[in-house]
Amino acid sequence: MDQFLQLVVAGLATGAIYALAAIGFTLVWQTSQTINFAQGEFVMLPAILVLVGTHAGLPVWAAFAVASVAFVLLFGFGFKRFLVEPMQRHGVLPLAIATMALSVLVKEAAKNGFSAEAQPFPSLVPDGMLSVLGAAISARDLAIVVVAVVAIVGLQLFITRTRTGRTMQATAQNPTVARILGIPVERMILLTFLINAVLALVASYLVSPVYLAKFSNGESIGLAAFIAAIVGGFNQIRGALAGGFLIGLIDNLTAAYVSSAYRTAVPLVVLVVVILVKPEGLLGRKEERTV
Amino acid sequence: MITGTFTAAIALTASVAASLLALGGPAQAADPVKLIDVIELSGPGAPAGTNWKNGVDLAVKEINAKGGILGRPIAVTHYDSQTNPGATRAAVQRAVDEDAYVVLGPIFSGPISASMQITQRAAVPQIVGGEASAFTKQGNPYIFRTSLNQADAMPKLANYLRDEVKAKSVAVVWINNDFGKGGRDAIIPELQKRGIQVAADIATESGQADFAADAIKVKNANADAVFVYLNEEESARFLRAARQQGIAKPIIGETTLLGAKVIELAGEAANGVKGHVGLLVDAPKPGFAAFGKKYQDAYGFTSDHNGIKGYTAVYTVKTITERVGKFDREAFAKTLHGARIDVAQEPGILIDTKWLENGDVDRESFLVEVTDGKPVVKATLPMINP
Repeated sequence: MDQFLQLVVAGLATGAIYALAAIGFTLVWQTSQTINFAQGEFVMLPAILVLVGTHAGLPVWAAFAVASVAFVLLFGFGFKRFLVEPMQRHGVLPLAIATMALSVLVKEAAKNGFSAEAQPFPSLVPDGMLSVLGAAISARDLAIVVVAVVAIVGLQLFITRTRTGRTMQATAQNPTVARILGIPVERMILLTFLINAVLALVASYLVSPVYLAKFSNGESIGLAAFIAAIVGGFNQIRGALAGGFLIGLIDNLTAAYVSSAYRTAVPLVVLVVVILVKPEGLLGRKEERTV
Repeated sequence: MITGTFTAAIALTASVAASLLALGGPAQAADPVKLIDVIELSGPGAPAGTNWKNGVDLAVKEINAKGGILGRPIAVTHYDSQTNPGATRAAVQRAVDEDAYVVLGPIFSGPISASMQITQRAAVPQIVGGEASAFTKQGNPYIFRTSLNQADAMPKLANYLRDEVKAKSVAVVWINNDFGKGGRDAIIPELQKRGIQVAADIATESGQADFAADAIKVKNANADAVFVYLNEEESARFLRAARQQGIAKPIIGETTLLGAKVIELAGEAANGVKGHVGLLVDAPKPGFAAFGKKYQDAYGFTSDHNGIKGYTAVYTVKTITERVGKFDREAFAKTLHGARIDVAQEPGILIDTKWLENGDVDRESFLVEVTDGKPVVKATLPMINP
């Protein structure tokens, strides 16, 4: 029982990272009806930028500050302005392919411009153990879960309880009507992309002390988050959240009770089952289109 | 008369030119000798490959500065194996096609096993960094190690676990590739022979990022010690996860676990880790200390055992070629089997080393503990067959 509880907390910590990345898929889908295949690299890159800053001689806090601002500008504003906007008018498929190209570009740039090797990354959360229901739980795992849940709940409250959030929702649901109603659609879409960048930033800073900072980290995180988003429901933030936690749990329980060799395969099996049984995802909303 | 003198002059010139060609005259003597290094510069083996490449470059620079091998400078080319058997095969084939005198690398045992038949067919000697026991058992006369065979290291470790750690049970964590599986298959019988119970036998995957579940399993196995046999990055991630899960039992490993890169990546979590190390810049040998300083000055970080392996691989090529007296691949391979190179004869070899008939090496090794982020040698273990 102790082991099971420990595995559940560790699984939720892993899942929290997947959820933060999965929400990025949802946000980009809602605003541009496309899949951002560079989402995993968005989680990988902030940690690399921090290390570039420290290697350039900046104090750690300054490196975090500079990397955070640079990342949000480049991959929030820049991503929308220089990739999504020019490609969107050509359709969903070219845009999706452009994000694949961006994924390769970011990964290779991180490898060749910084290092192919994993690097230690400073932890914002101290090591330590807490006793919960008789089980020793890692303080860092708990902190990851708490930070991710606070970020996601905060986002949900922002979207549902504030005027700006509601206009964002209206923009996501129908940009044309939103524009007619006088909503500054472009500004709302930009805000969505900036929020996506901030969530990726948080995920990067939480996961890199454990996984180490490496150019290839985005591959596994991006795949797991993509599966989580589909399993939870691609068009719902709460779906991405649930999908992230579920895949994180399955991932860790599979590694512990089956084998590490199957930890990638079992979530894919879950994905196939969900698609067969509930194609819109566990918490997703059915979308109708007129052809 | 004029005609006679002119003819004589032409004959003399032709004779001198022919003599120079026969002797391998000045132009030919300056031709570089081609070493091709197929190494892990990306993928999970990048930390190991980077160290090895740096060691190779350092040795080549030194040897060339002193006139090269038999008067010929070394030209070294590095190809990235991507830690991938397919890419390694392609790179080794390219090295053979480009007429490499000796192929250096790779380090990971899977890519070695997948590519060594190419050099064997072409009769090109290959000096590798791998520790898995299997590939020197295949009767390939052109494959040579720079490190101890894991099958030779494991009995030393099992004795250490029994005699020093006093372990009655051990949790074994290994990486599911040729290196890790070979290590796991070598240590478990050695533990059982000594009456040590295997409390958990945990396979992990190459490139695995999240070790929380494995660390929790290890913790709950409640063994007296944990034996870890993973590649560099995975070792560091496991140590961090073990620290995160509060594992307090002794963590024991073989060379890789105590490497400089693992200690750097694992940070605090590496402190207290113990194990058997084949090559170490901090070992009590003057050659290692000198090499460690040169490496640090050149690259700005401490070399791990792979840096030493790359460096000594090039000095092995130099020493054996000088013993043969010419650039003859077949004679090189024959001479290296059974050869012994002592530091007294060639300081670049760093530690007295003997090659066995199957390409394995025998040399002294060390018991080490990581203290305050530094590997500290606790004991020197002798050669198996001095």
